[in-house]
Amino acid sequence: MAEAIKVPTMAEFMAAGKKPEVLFWVGCAGSFDDRAKKITKAFVKLLSKANVEFAVLGTEESCTGDPAKRSGNEFLFQMQAVTNIEVLNGYEIKKIVTACPHCFNTIKNEYPVLGGDYEVMHHTQFLKSLLEEGKLKVEGGKFKGKRITFHDPCYLGRANQEYEAPRDLLRKLEVELVEMRKCKTNGLCCGAGGGQMFKEPEKGNKDVNILRTEQAIETKPEVIAAGCPFCNTMMTDGVKGKNKEGQIEVLDVAEMIAEAEDL
Amino acid sequence: MQLISQFLFVIILVFGIGFFTKNIKKLIKYIKLGKSINRNDNPKDRFANMARVALGQSKMVKRPIAGFLHILVYVGFVIINIEVLEIIIDGIFGTHRVFSFLGKTYDVLIASFEILALLVFIGVIAFWVRRNILKLKRFWANEMKGWPKDDANYILYFEMVLMALFLLMNAADYQLQTLGADHYANEAGIMGEFPISQFIVPLINGLSISTLIIIERVAWWLHIVGILFFLNYLYYSKHLHILLAFPNTYFAKLKPKGEIDNLEAVTNEVKLMMDPNADPFAAPEPTESDAAVPEKFGASDVQDLSWVQLLNSYTCTECGRCTSECPANQTGKKLSPRKIMMDTRDRLEEVGQNIEKNKEFKDDGKQLLGDYITNEELWACTTCNACTEACPIGIDPLSIIIDMRRYLVMEQSAAPNELNIAMGNIENNGAPWPYNQMDRLNWANEN
Repeated sequence: MAEAIKVPTMAEFMAAGKKPEVLFWVGCAGSFDDRAKKITKAFVKLLSKANVEFAVLGTEESCTGDPAKRSGNEFLFQMQAVTNIEVLNGYEIKKIVTACPHCFNTIKNEYPVLGGDYEVMHHTQFLKSLLEEGKLKVEGGKFKGKRITFHDPCYLGRANQEYEAPRDLLRKLEVELVEMRKCKTNGLCCGAGGGQMFKEPEKGNKDVNILRTEQAIETKPEVIAAGCPFCNTMMTDGVKGKNKEGQIEVLDVAEMIAEAEDL
Repeated sequence: MQLISQFLFVIILVFGIGFFTKNIKKLIKYIKLGKSINRNDNPKDRFANMARVALGQSKMVKRPIAGFLHILVYVGFVIINIEVLEIIIDGIFGTHRVFSFLGKTYDVLIASFEILALLVFIGVIAFWVRRNILKLKRFWANEMKGWPKDDANYILYFEMVLMALFLLMNAADYQLQTLGADHYANEAGIMGEFPISQFIVPLINGLSISTLIIIERVAWWLHIVGILFFLNYLYYSKHLHILLAFPNTYFAKLKPKGEIDNLEAVTNEVKLMMDPNADPFAAPEPTESDAAVPEKFGASDVQDLSWVQLLNSYTCTECGRCTSECPANQTGKKLSPRKIMMDTRDRLEEVGQNIEKNKEFKDDGKQLLGDYITNEELWACTTCNACTEACPIGIDPLSIIIDMRRYLVMEQSAAPNELNIAMGNIENNGAPWPYNQMDRLNWANEN
């Protein structure tokens, strides 16, 4: 039985008259989706291991509004954004890390014009900085030598030009990193963005996640590494659809590091 | 005779350029039907983007074969235009090879024009083969049937003919110079180097000077008239990109691709709603525009789009790289980002002509949404930015899709039902799923 992880909230920090180094923005998927919650926990373990003073908003967190904005509901988006910004500014938050590229993109790019200016990092960027500062050590471990392909999340890659942070982390795990035919700037979407996660796809001849999973399977990986809870779900479903769930795992980069370190 | 020819040339030139100018003015007028948007910030970055993407063709070469062929045609087109300048001066003043005083430099210039002309010819044939024999999938999509397909081929035929005429003209000229014909030959020797057209000379060897002059003159006239015709064809074709790629890359979005623009009108409403000091019963300040219709959210027709989006639509050359990278299109959905741009342009032309005819826009019972672009196409987009990344000249189909979704959702409440449920959840409990916000930290206590 693993010991319960300690997750301090901003309210607790505030009550103690302290401020954390960084706010961990968990996001809706990270809070509620059973698969994504595992990523959240893995990331929290890594933060604890690196002795990062972090906090979450807990029940004061709410959807960033990304799916609403991309579905065309600017009203709902701005209502969410303004409310969140009020909470964040109330706590005088300066730095935010999140394991969801959609939250990352929205807070980083779309909150400033509404009065929310923060330094925002994707968890792979943050983990990379922890490694560089020597606060976290990662060496080989369980995934050493394994064949792994990384699926670029659109909102980390094309949207924000971050292709290397997750790959650098995988290299630290000494994996055999293989690239898909479509990767980095040309990476194919998993099919979840723009509100698609919450609706049935339009009529077509294939689902996007199946096409992407086929591209991943071409590289004969043991693990498909992801950096987004939605991509994770889509690729996991794709792997199941291709009856490969016994052979290929879909894991978040943070989960892989935590597993490699036996956390 | 010489004077008549000069006179005729000037008339054709003035008419050709005049008609082109008229169409460009019309183009600018139509583009200005779009809403204002500020894209004059960061001129340095904008120039750099234009230099890299339009002038430097940096995105074309992402697909090496098409990129290489395109650079041949592009460089050829730009450099051979120096020769067009000489042709124009010769035409107006009745001179012959007026730049030949440059001596050795002139030889190098003419030689390089010839080599480029051949490369353009080969490049254009390769393009034609890719389109018509290899039938690359992106050139045979649904939206490419009829005029778009013919248009593309006409342009290729045109360039082939222009290059052939240029080389034939040079061959005849070279032979005339060799034979010492009046007006052509120069005491200083042969003007120009003819590394390519010298191989055409054997075909016209033995022809009399007068016949050669006819060949040279006909080729010369057809070449320059052809160029003027081509210039005027641009407006009616997809080929405007050769001009508009430059302003289009200059005015392209510089912000991160993931950032979708903020709707200011909504911000004002939201701020008012959230302001504890706002008096909900206060009468709005009376303004002159009181009678005006309140601003509409999102876009249902071209006038609701920004002028940059309209410029985008004229700039699109229908290469289809966007569509071939689009995840929705690759999986058989109706969405094609290229079609979004083509529809926008076609509708803009329709609206523009409507305004020309009626002095102001007269409702024609049509709009971009529904009559050109369907809801099904708009809802298939994953907002992944593959289209904007793929476009070699900075066109942004995604922004149009988002603006039209905004209209569907905020003006018509016409989102797919599952999305309405997700948005209802966000509104009520702060997550797209029906979980209580108070349960947001439960994960910390689960094992």
